[in-house]
Amino acid sequence: MTALQKTMAKKETKQTFEQSLRRLEELVETLERGDVPLEDSLRLYEEGIGLSNECLAILKRTETRIKQLSKDLSGRIQLTETDGDE
Amino acid sequence: MAQNGIITVTELTRRIKGVLEHGFTELLVQGEISNAKLHSSGHFYFSLKDESAQLNAVMWRSRVQNLPFRPADGMKVIARGNITLYEPRGSYQLDCLSLQPLGVGELQRAFEQLRNRLMAEGLFESSRKKPLPEHPSVIAVITSPTGAAVKDMLSVLRRRMPSLEIVLVPVRVQGAGAADEIAGALDLVNEWGGADLIITGRGGGSMEDLWAFNEEVVARAVARSRVPVISAVGHEVDFTICDFVADLRAPTPSAAAELAVKEASDLIELIGNYCYTMHSSVMNSIAVRRKTVEHLVRSYSFHRPIDLLRQRSQTVDELSRRLEHSSRQWFQSAALRLREYTGRIQSLDPALVLKRGYAIVRQEGRVVSAAHNASVPGEAVITFHDGALSATVHDRTTEDHGKERD
Repeated sequence: MTALQKTMAKKETKQTFEQSLRRLEELVETLERGDVPLEDSLRLYEEGIGLSNECLAILKRTETRIKQLSKDLSGRIQLTETDGDE
Repeated sequence: MAQNGIITVTELTRRIKGVLEHGFTELLVQGEISNAKLHSSGHFYFSLKDESAQLNAVMWRSRVQNLPFRPADGMKVIARGNITLYEPRGSYQLDCLSLQPLGVGELQRAFEQLRNRLMAEGLFESSRKKPLPEHPSVIAVITSPTGAAVKDMLSVLRRRMPSLEIVLVPVRVQGAGAADEIAGALDLVNEWGGADLIITGRGGGSMEDLWAFNEEVVARAVARSRVPVISAVGHEVDFTICDFVADLRAPTPSAAAELAVKEASDLIELIGNYCYTMHSSVMNSIAVRRKTVEHLVRSYSFHRPIDLLRQRSQTVDELSRRLEHSSRQWFQSAALRLREYTGRIQSLDPALVLKRGYAIVRQEGRVVSAAHNASVPGEAVITFHDGALSATVHDRTTEDHGKERD
């Protein structure tokens, strides 16, 4: 029951979109196979719905952030916001 | 001239200088570069030679910066310039205004030499290629901040995946020093560590214009990059060393942007489908459990305390209520979101799905979502978007034969 173990272990920091989507895909597969007890499948389902909400919220963001990366004279890395050049 | 026909070194040198500097201007000299030395001042000192003679030459820094390629020993070139005489040393040299590789053939040869060498080293092996992230969140773009390429890339990236974070690393993409800047930018992105993917490239141009991407410093920087690199230099027909070393070659800068990210709207649809699949999977297993419980109630009711059975049946009911609740909520909020964004939620509408050529199979009023759930033999009703057919189910083929449930 690895899917469940992962569910338990997954209480860590914020995930990237890629991680969330991958986990969602894993859940869909597990549920489709239908070989988990009903109680568990419901829990996985709820996790899946949560993840898809997270992913949709990210995809819904519309303003692309554009930054500029450079090094100053003393060799420090600088990340500056630009207002997009349009 | 002084008496006795004696003149000073300085006087003689000045006279020679006058003759040389007036007599040898606007020359085009063909030869092979040797003793090439780029001084720390930025001036480039070299000799031009052929089988039997040699000519010292210098190119001042301001002109070196405009060179489309990096001159190196052994390269055959045409140098344009004037002869000058340097009095303190009594030596004459070619003051080189511009350098041109002797035809594209020479650049081509340099290209092939480096390509063969790096290939022999295994730098182009597919086993070295890093997999690209499927859904990058942060993309570093290394290119000229003023070219058409950067505009193209930004607009494609923005259009496809508006939630993206793009980090520009502005560099010069042609002329002397461009290769070093590109290599430096690749290292910088790696040192920074915040990007999931790098795209480097530029728009089309002559082989000389694209030359920076054929230089070894760039190839090495791409090879050592821990962040996957897409190379997009020039047009579809242009291949550079950078393309060979990169984890992926894109035919053009905009194509690189297309390859880098999926379309947000496609992903929204995909996630919608996932939710639909999860929902029907769970519904399906609830139906199966309910059936099992009903079966138990019928067959064992004489042997087991009725309370236990009621309890089980209640659990199933409760779970299905919970599912309905959470899914209804989800579908409501998702519908709002999706409609707001693209209206693609419509693809979940069964009526529209049916219009796309799908059909729903029912037996005794229940949806048959899998072959193993069908009663065989039996009757079935197949619903299309415009009506229904009744059908007889003869037999079943499933992927795991013999594991039939009733």
